[in-house]
Amino acid sequence: MFRKISFAAAAAAGLGLLSSPAFAQSVDDTVNQIFASATGWFVSFIFSPFPGTSFPWIVAWLVVAATVFTLYFVFIQFRAFGHAISLVKGDYSDPNDAGEVSHFQALATALSGTVGLGNIAGVAVAVGIGGPGATFWMILAGLMGMASKFTECTLGVKYRNEYEDGTVSGGPMYYLTKGFAERGLPGGKILAVLFSIFCILGALGGGNMFQANQAHQQIAGIVGDYPGWITGLLFAVVVFAVIVGGIQSIAKVTEKVVPFMGVMYVLAALVIILANFDMIGWAFGQIFAGAFTGMGVAGGMVGALIQGFKRAAFSNEAGVGSAAIAHSAVRTKEPITEGFVSLLEPFIDTVVICTMTALVIIISGQLIVDADTGHYIATESGMLQTVDGNTGVSLTSAAFATAFSWFPFVLALAVILFAFSTMISWSYYGLKAWTYLFGEGKSKELAFKVIFCIFVVIGAAANLGPVIDFSDAAIFAMAVVNVLGLYFLMPIVKRELESYLSRLRSGEIRKFAKH
Amino acid sequence: MSGKFVVGYDGSEAARRALDFAIEKASAQGGSVVIAHVLEWSPYSFLTPTELEERHKRRKEELDRAETALMAPVVKEVSGKGVEVDTAIRYGKIAEVLCDIARDTGASQLVIGREGESGLAARVFGSVAGALVQISPVPCTIVP
Repeated sequence: MFRKISFAAAAAAGLGLLSSPAFAQSVDDTVNQIFASATGWFVSFIFSPFPGTSFPWIVAWLVVAATVFTLYFVFIQFRAFGHAISLVKGDYSDPNDAGEVSHFQALATALSGTVGLGNIAGVAVAVGIGGPGATFWMILAGLMGMASKFTECTLGVKYRNEYEDGTVSGGPMYYLTKGFAERGLPGGKILAVLFSIFCILGALGGGNMFQANQAHQQIAGIVGDYPGWITGLLFAVVVFAVIVGGIQSIAKVTEKVVPFMGVMYVLAALVIILANFDMIGWAFGQIFAGAFTGMGVAGGMVGALIQGFKRAAFSNEAGVGSAAIAHSAVRTKEPITEGFVSLLEPFIDTVVICTMTALVIIISGQLIVDADTGHYIATESGMLQTVDGNTGVSLTSAAFATAFSWFPFVLALAVILFAFSTMISWSYYGLKAWTYLFGEGKSKELAFKVIFCIFVVIGAAANLGPVIDFSDAAIFAMAVVNVLGLYFLMPIVKRELESYLSRLRSGEIRKFAKH
Repeated sequence: MSGKFVVGYDGSEAARRALDFAIEKASAQGGSVVIAHVLEWSPYSFLTPTELEERHKRRKEELDRAETALMAPVVKEVSGKGVEVDTAIRYGKIAEVLCDIARDTGASQLVIGREGESGLAARVFGSVAGALVQISPVPCTIVP
């Protein structure tokens, strides 16, 4: 969901600053400068490549983790896929538990936190730099990421805190502490504290500033340029009303509209793909050929691979630990069942939605092909040449507009709503980390919520570069801590898995009869 | 035949009429009455993260409220009429859950009220009545 957006949009934002009043300009500029100088070191550490290559170690970290979990749990994402769908349908839910949080609800809420800009803009960047081949690596990373999600969400439910009043709190900070203690390992508390710090930063960065920033770009794209802090203030007021004022009705509306938008997005993509039925085979040909040869993209095959892996990780957050927080509220006696359900998340997010975006961009012929070589043409900046020079959101927008001229407006609305729902989700994740560090209590919680709202304004006002770099870096720092913990805790998940599967086979766990 | 009557009850006047009807019939037959209250709920609805966290707590509160504010007074009121009265409070789709309760309790009849045509509640009730007559496993009486 976190995504570097187009250079074109950045340029437009720059022009906007020039044309805006001097006051606004100085506010925006000052925010920017302070921000960039305060966070630069952190960003360069997280994204530093392996020596002598351009491959960021953090991307390798996530992909290796996903591979390890996939092998350790013997391709659980494929073995348990059907069972996961049964669970979501409620086949195994006790009717007496009706009125409690269902598997479907936990999944839907977690999804609305991840489906967003990554699926729209992120994929466009992947394809815009890495060519169609990036799609192949993106899908592969999405499929592998399912195992990471499975691991973290099982632990999230198993080690959640259940309070006397019936509320629950869960997430990596709880399984890192309790899980490590249970296995007699030292350092769980330190990891939990580190995770919480990064989670708060990630919530303020990728889960907040980046979203506000992108929402502003979208609105400015429609109504014309104006200072970002105005959008920021508007968004901050609405977010404030929801998270501080407790006006859940606003959030409820978003929660209902976002899935609708998501479904509509996929349907629109399907219509375009089916309308170009004869090109589907060709498009997949491009994806496979590009995956292994690069077809002219900067960095060749490795370039395509890096882009695909990176965007998948940004989009589905597998291994980051955020989903474990959302999933842990489910009502179940078997923590592993929520692990099964959660593995559908990267599938829907990356394998389905992201692939749709990629196919539409490829099929609509947005990437310019060199007639002589049949390859794509990389520009000096590393971006591939596109029709009208579009990148990021505008590339996706242009691709959809080839079929539906009005689609850019729907897309803009979708981006704004996705941004809002992502902010609400991350305000919650950040709050959980905050209360883990500082304890629960009205005034402590209020402090975080107010800080969160202030960052909405900063995010919308700041220029793209430093905000996005910092956002990405903070989210990935969460993954460093979380995945490290998962390696130590995965035997616990394996035990749960084996016990559950044997009881499922023996018929001890069975579907509830439906009348 | 001494039958068991399951009555859909939500505190409305129509529901009250249905209950009175069922009590009268049960009393005449020496049967019993189950007062059933269903809290509309779909496991496929969308909730915010905060709502997820508080769901278990809210559910308890909702059940307590239904028990004390809705069921307790009406049970007290009808208990003097010489008919055995039971209660059931469940979550789900109203018509489906009423049928489940009828099956689970071995009821011989389902009774619900109908609001006529006034207001939204009537429309909701109307659709419950409509659904119920289609799927009810036992004879179903709709009291106007």
